[in-house]
Amino acid sequence: MSIMFELRDVKKIYDGKTVLRIDELKLEAGKINAIIGPSGAGKSTLLQLLNGLEGSSEGAISFDGEKYTKGKKIPLNERRKMAMVFQKPTLFNSSVYENIAYPLKLRRIPTKTISQKVNEVLELVGLRDKARQGALTLSGGEAQRISVARAIVTHPKALLLDEPTANLDPANVELIERIIKHANSAHGATVVIVTHNMFQAKRLGDNIVFLLNGQIVESGPSDIIFSDPKNEKTSAFIRGEMVC
Amino acid sequence: MDYFLNAFVKAIELLVSFDEELYGIIFLSLKVSASAIAVSSMIAVPLGIGISMGRFWGKKLLVSIINASMSIPPVVVGLVVYIILSNKTGIFHTLRLLFTPTAMIIAQTLLALPIITGLTIVAVKSVHSRISKTAISLGASYTQLVLLVIKEARYAIGSAIITAFGRLMAEVGAVMMVGGNIRYKTRVMTTAIALQKGMGEFELALALGIILLTMAFIVNILLDYFRDEKEVPRT
Ligand SMILES: Nc1ncnc2c1ncn2[C@@H]1O[C@H](COP(=O)(O)OP(=O)(O)O)[C@@H](O)[C@H]1O
Ligand SMILES: [Mg+2]
Repeated sequence: MSIMFELRDVKKIYDGKTVLRIDELKLEAGKINAIIGPSGAGKSTLLQLLNGLEGSSEGAISFDGEKYTKGKKIPLNERRKMAMVFQKPTLFNSSVYENIAYPLKLRRIPTKTISQKVNEVLELVGLRDKARQGALTLSGGEAQRISVARAIVTHPKALLLDEPTANLDPANVELIERIIKHANSAHGATVVIVTHNMFQAKRLGDNIVFLLNGQIVESGPSDIIFSDPKNEKTSAFIRGEMVC
Repeated sequence: MDYFLNAFVKAIELLVSFDEELYGIIFLSLKVSASAIAVSSMIAVPLGIGISMGRFWGKKLLVSIINASMSIPPVVVGLVVYIILSNKTGIFHTLRLLFTPTAMIIAQTLLALPIITGLTIVAVKSVHSRISKTAISLGASYTQLVLLVIKEARYAIGSAIITAFGRLMAEVGAVMMVGGNIRYKTRVMTTAIALQKGMGEFELALALGIILLTMAFIVNILLDYFRDEKEVPRT
């Protein structure tokens, strides 16, 4: 088993409050890793640490074999192996096409290749006919599909998603889940998806990490976590009960 | 009422007959304010972007000072420029700028600087907080992020410039102090209205009032356009 992300003795402190404390966490390469847990558990914080958007207060995070300790920034070329999708789609004030082309332009990809790649993902997310439309005029579901398309257009090694379907209708949820699976199976992207939806974690996750109060309660292969949780709190959370 | 109506009809007559003095005044107003906007934008837009995106000691204080300067009364700016230009020992005196359109442009430039800078800072800040994490997570370098923020803030920066232009066109204190409302030379729309004397000038003033009102409407329509800007041109 090869590892895409590894955390050791990682702490994240905001205003003197420790919001994340992870002794050890390994996220398997080429798999879909689902991070579950109630609101405020530190899921988004964890994802931002993985992406390098936030630095850890203590400890070491490895990405794709490179180790980053506190204060050491992930270099641009390493950072560009990842892409992230946020809960609220943030599109730029330009056309749908331009939005998806953006990460490719950043990497100075030739225009012809860009057009081919953009059209490919537009097809995949079912929005080929919206290419010329202003991105800020899209509906919520369409906007999130474009966010995902924009993230996967570079075929990132690691795709990080922070509750990407939290506010969407079932049809869009299904579409986006299909795209995530496609990125994983067709391009071998390592997926880390944060969700508070148990069913989604079950549908997508090869591995599950259960986070509570900034700490990992339990983690492991999806079938084991869901059928035979070791921890009382995990089973309660899986049953849909309130845990804290 | 008749009196007013008569004046109004005469004002319209002046407008449609392209009265030379009237249009000279309108043209000078536009020239002075547009020049001031051009100069101040070239300084204030980059300055606002730099201040907004930069991290430096005293930033908060500087932003407060700029915000406070946005509401300096024009007549005070006019007074300061007047004092500087009329100082017999200063180098500005030898340039003989007082009571010239150039002096008016200088005063209005100073007036517009904090307005455009302040509004640009706000515009860039809101765009930056909206898109920075997304852009970085998609692989933007710092320079690429800065360029994107500027591009995304373009309509808000445009409306900052138009807001300042509207303020300058309506301003009377500064141009009065340093221009002196000299007929055929430094008389602009607002000073002509403010200092109208006698019947002849009253009609002219009313005609100018109509123009000013129309321009205020246009400025506001432009601002609305920028605020609603969601449609994007084809790529
Ligand atoms: N930038 C921040 N500053 C201060 N506290 C923060 C910040 N970001 C997150 N937190 C705190 O960290 C905790 C975990 O937040 P988050 O990672 O967003 O949780 P989740 O995504 O699981 O809902 C919360 O208590 C939140 O208030
Ligand atoms: Mg969250």
